[in-house]
Amino acid sequence: MTILVIAEHDNKVVAPATLNTVAAAAKIGGDIHVLVAGQGVGAVAEAAAKIAGVAKVLVADNAAYAHQLPENVAPLVAELGAGYSHILAAATSNGKNILPRVAAQLDVDQISEIISVESADTFKRPIYAGNAIATVQSSASVKVITVRATGFDPVAAVGGSAAVEAVAAAHDAGTSSFVGEELAKSDRPELTAAKIVVSGGRGMQNGDNFKHLYALADKLGAAVGASRAAVDAGFVPNDMQVGQTGKIVAPQLYIAVGISGAIQHLAGMKDSKVIVAINKDEEAPIFQVADYGLVADLFEAIPEFEKLV
Amino acid sequence: MKVLVAVKRVVDYNVKVRVKADNSGVDLANVKMSMNPFCEIAVEEAVRLKEKGVATEIVVVSIGPSTAQEQLRTALALGADRAILVESAEDLTSLAVAKLLKAVVDKEQPQLVILGKQAIDSDNNQTGQMLAALSGYGQGTFASKVEVTGDNVAVTREIDGGAQTVSLKLPAIVTTDLRLNEPRYASLPNIMKAKKKPLEVLTPDALGVSTASTNKTVKVEAPAARSAGIKVKSVAELVEKLKNEAKVI
Repeated sequence: MTILVIAEHDNKVVAPATLNTVAAAAKIGGDIHVLVAGQGVGAVAEAAAKIAGVAKVLVADNAAYAHQLPENVAPLVAELGAGYSHILAAATSNGKNILPRVAAQLDVDQISEIISVESADTFKRPIYAGNAIATVQSSASVKVITVRATGFDPVAAVGGSAAVEAVAAAHDAGTSSFVGEELAKSDRPELTAAKIVVSGGRGMQNGDNFKHLYALADKLGAAVGASRAAVDAGFVPNDMQVGQTGKIVAPQLYIAVGISGAIQHLAGMKDSKVIVAINKDEEAPIFQVADYGLVADLFEAIPEFEKLV
Repeated sequence: MKVLVAVKRVVDYNVKVRVKADNSGVDLANVKMSMNPFCEIAVEEAVRLKEKGVATEIVVVSIGPSTAQEQLRTALALGADRAILVESAEDLTSLAVAKLLKAVVDKEQPQLVILGKQAIDSDNNQTGQMLAALSGYGQGTFASKVEVTGDNVAVTREIDGGAQTVSLKLPAIVTTDLRLNEPRYASLPNIMKAKKKPLEVLTPDALGVSTASTNKTVKVEAPAARSAGIKVKSVAELVEKLKNEAKVI
């Protein structure tokens, strides 16, 4: 068995989710190859070769792959991946965009967002926003799978010494082109990679009040998230949303502030190691999943919390 | 231009689903069913394109049981012109649905196909991408803005860390994300009018599509419950517990 893992990167660095995906591949067993498709990706390929457990790195360096356009990358992955037992990608916006296109080209069903490996052909995945867990078995000759990063502890980013091999194949479907992108800039850690996450909900009352959470987060070295209610109310931008339809996080410590605990929010954070809930409504469902609950007015509790850490 | 919109009948998003005692699936008996919320956004976007004069005809299609006619009638009441049901009582995979939609695309030749990014039951997030692959079309997934100009469509996509805009040659596939629009409600006169709009019923056999699958659901379980912890009385006690008991700060 040889497994092809699609590296998640921005043409400069390997994204942490790649390490969780390699961990899932290691659980399946067999040789692990990593594909780095992009433009000017020499440094990414070098970093990928150092990932623990990786036997070979394939590098497809071409302008057509610069922006991960699925119309161009999927035919490359399908062509290279046809000889592998499994093709894995992180369930990031890129992985979700590209991999189903690969599966359809290979005429196999995909298994989305696995959270555990039961055997080489059987996997567990959440359905109904995490309200049920399905065990799915695949009979496909090539098993095409996206991996939910929070389900697997990352492998070490260093320690390996894989061979690096260039791939000549260039696919440019000519049906799509990149126009531009706007990425939110922040000095705080990325939500899905942070060890501590502080999230605010409707109880924050407005966007300005999030400054209390930013102050606490900066003391703790934490990322700041939000519930869908806070995003829909326009307090903070969409990319801060934690939940089934936003980011799925599983930090060491998750601090939910003024969040009631809707099912769709819980689906995005209930795998956190320690959950703290601060809410003035003692009946809020969030307390049913919290390790430590504090019934208090957040506007008094958060500044005090910040002073004590 | 003709727009095709695909919709799915799913458990209503307000229903708290329960896993069946025999672990064969979730209990759908006597449960409220609705149009998948992301599909409602897809219908709304098509209707807005028609109101702007960009779309000339909206065809809505669903792959599912005969009861999915309810969701097609809803889409007709919201502004679609006619409907197609590809009737199948089986639980189809995303690839099978994509193949059936491809057959409908071949028949209808739409310039734009709009789908929800994922269904809230199976949470697969695959069908639009697969349909794009089978059709050889460009795809604009997780769309928060769709703009048609000439032979192209510019799609702004919600991606990790921000937004990306791509330009696709028509015909193309778009899948909707939450912030694309806020769907309207159907008015009573439009609900009455929708009953008279054409609804064609087809079968996978008639379309010549095999719905064989490489995936098998072995069992479905309830997730491990997380038990409630303790209530602390003060911020000082909370910080003490996090430092000395949980050791996370």
